[in-house]
Amino acid sequence: MKHTVSVLVENKSGVLARVAGLFSGRGFNIDSLTVGETQDPSMSRMTIVVNGDDAVLEQVNKQLNKLIDVVKVQDFKTASFVEAELVVMKLHSNSKTRSEIVQIADIFHGKILDVTDKNIIIEATGTTDKVDSLINLLRPYGIKEMARTGKVALAKG
Amino acid sequence: MGKTGAEIIMEALRKEKVEAVFGYPGGAVIDIFDMLFNSDINFYLVRHEQGAAHAADGYARATGKVGVCLATSGPGATNLVTGLATAYMDSIPMVALCGQVPTSMIGNDAFQEADITGITRPVTKHNYLVKNVDELPQVIKEAFYIASSGRPGPVLIDLPKDIQKAVTKVPYPDTIKMRSYQPTYEGHIKQVEKLAQAIKKAKRPVIYAGGGMLISGAHKELLELVDKTNIPVTTTLLGLGCFPETHPLSLKMLGMHGSQFANYAVMETDLLISIGARFDDRVTGKIDEFAPNAKIAHIDIDPSAISKNLTVHIPVVGDAKDVLQKLNKIVEPGDTAEWCETIRKWKEQYPLAYKDDADIIKPQYVVEKIYEVTGGDAIISTEVGQNQMWAAQFFKYTHPRQFLSSGGLGTMGYGFPAAIGAQVAFPDKLVFDIAGDGSFQMNIQELATAVCHELPVKVAILNNGYLGMVRQWQELFYSKRYSGTCLLKEKGCIHNCDEKSCGSTLIPDFVKVAEGYSAVGMRIFKKQDVVPALEEAIKTKRTVVMDFVVAKEENVFPMVPAGASLRQMLSGIS
Ligand SMILES: Cc1ncc(C[n+]2csc(CCOP(=O)(O)OP(=O)(O)O)c2C)c(N)n1
Ligand SMILES: [Mg+2]
Repeated sequence: MKHTVSVLVENKSGVLARVAGLFSGRGFNIDSLTVGETQDPSMSRMTIVVNGDDAVLEQVNKQLNKLIDVVKVQDFKTASFVEAELVVMKLHSNSKTRSEIVQIADIFHGKILDVTDKNIIIEATGTTDKVDSLINLLRPYGIKEMARTGKVALAKG
Repeated sequence: MGKTGAEIIMEALRKEKVEAVFGYPGGAVIDIFDMLFNSDINFYLVRHEQGAAHAADGYARATGKVGVCLATSGPGATNLVTGLATAYMDSIPMVALCGQVPTSMIGNDAFQEADITGITRPVTKHNYLVKNVDELPQVIKEAFYIASSGRPGPVLIDLPKDIQKAVTKVPYPDTIKMRSYQPTYEGHIKQVEKLAQAIKKAKRPVIYAGGGMLISGAHKELLELVDKTNIPVTTTLLGLGCFPETHPLSLKMLGMHGSQFANYAVMETDLLISIGARFDDRVTGKIDEFAPNAKIAHIDIDPSAISKNLTVHIPVVGDAKDVLQKLNKIVEPGDTAEWCETIRKWKEQYPLAYKDDADIIKPQYVVEKIYEVTGGDAIISTEVGQNQMWAAQFFKYTHPRQFLSSGGLGTMGYGFPAAIGAQVAFPDKLVFDIAGDGSFQMNIQELATAVCHELPVKVAILNNGYLGMVRQWQELFYSKRYSGTCLLKEKGCIHNCDEKSCGSTLIPDFVKVAEGYSAVGMRIFKKQDVVPALEEAIKTKRTVVMDFVVAKEENVFPMVPAGASLRQMLSGIS
């Protein structure tokens, strides 16, 4: 089971190491972790996707809360939330495949960041599911390099 | 007019009412030491930084106040690590100050640089690297607050040398509030009510109390609860002393080396009320078979301790004292008469016992005599191993903060420096370190600390010539293959030796070692000399090392093999 946890932390050095250390030290599995400043520059928000059952999620929650620099933990197990992540992909492309790739990217509201005679670089955002589908569709063309940001999320309402 | 970082540190120590600092100097803390030179804060020079951390820990356990230790950068700081981990596992309030290379040199692999905040992150409640002197007052204030509040723990502050010299105008704060750290003290009344209802209904309730009871200072409330409800009480190793073991409803300690009656009670109970304990595997044995018929209630200040190892039916997050006060107001007794009678019979039938000997000193006998000679009025610290378990089993603890032992980490070498810390806090009390011959050697250098500071700590070595607890496991579970556990093994020794083939060299001669440090050394071979030796040791106001030469292959019983159910107790003597 994958769970999304949103963590507000003090924007101080070492916080990321504390959170990462907590996960590795207690044997929790992180799928992705993003971090960035919030509207209040003294706080950052981390969005963490963890893999585990409900008991693991409960411990993740409690252990995160125990960290001194953690201000608030919100897990999206019950609350509905919006999510997005960004992917940038470099694909093999030539004059034959280029327009197909651009079409697929269009469907996903993707952007072309760079084109050369051999490669094309695409950027797309969306839910993790959507990003996954785009990747699956483009895989046959040959993905040379790829970077995903991991999910960011906010509660609805 | 501003103050230097080092001056701020002194001001902070004074304002936090720190009376003792245990430490060791070095280049990166020389400015702080310079301040200590004319200070009214008592500084105790240890002989190894691990000793400083354990002494601060012993001081904290004995008093409930924050223990403070101080070390230089690099090796000084890394030498604190075992002490920090020990304190962390047992939730002991401590502040560790250590020096660091100047901020401009951090990350350069400078001389005596170590990333101590990185190293200690998993073994501290929190830690700080101070990079700006203006932050220092707030950081120290926070450190003392964090160390001593909620579920306490050690906090480390890394202090670069230039920060100690730099000047700030920021004053030391009087009060503190942190948006990211607000421990819950008040138990939820709805949960307390649920617990009260469960108590009313229970036929075979048991209270299982841990170190949190002592931290909370809730022993009076516990006694009141027991008086009101007639619920028997068992404690963990760390909980010893939170409930008088002389009380008819005391079950003493439970778990791997707990009393049979405590473990039977836990297996039969229908309501297990855990207070400030954390269902450690040394307590529960095979967790799936722990308290199989019971509803489990768990009172703890740390929400993450609840339902970590097993499912809890009635969680109460809060400070034990607050929760018990609320509970005592509304609780009504259930009908436990029959249960109490069963327990009384168990206690009669399966007392903690050992086979005594006419000549050879049994280690348990020494502990019993320490109890008798002191009238139970002593602070007992222990090392780790068999000595620790016998100290737990054969002394009757009646006062909170009377028993100091490394439970969670099981740190050999803890007991002696911890005893020093306790003696510093209570110069007029009798402080014993019940020691093993192996463990004592891990911090034996602190004899110098004790002697130089005229601390009359009494070390009682239960000298069995072995790393006894490991040897016991080898005897019981590894066909007596005593690999690496004989402390007297010399080059020419044969495998599977017996006592006859064993050489008589004392390695070391603890009496000579003691005398080498200007402490009093005694060696006791005969049973009839045990009490006179103890009496003499108590009479002298000096540091004393008593080397009790005890039965070599005595085992600790009862014993639940690791990972087995509490039902599978080996009683040892039949
Ligand atoms: C620092 C450390 N190293 C190793 C151990 C593993 N250990 C646990 S008990 C024990 C034997 C202790 O021997 P001793 O101090 O002589 O006590 P005894 O069991 O003989 O009473 C050992 C090696 C430990 N607990 N701590
Ligand atoms: Mg030994």
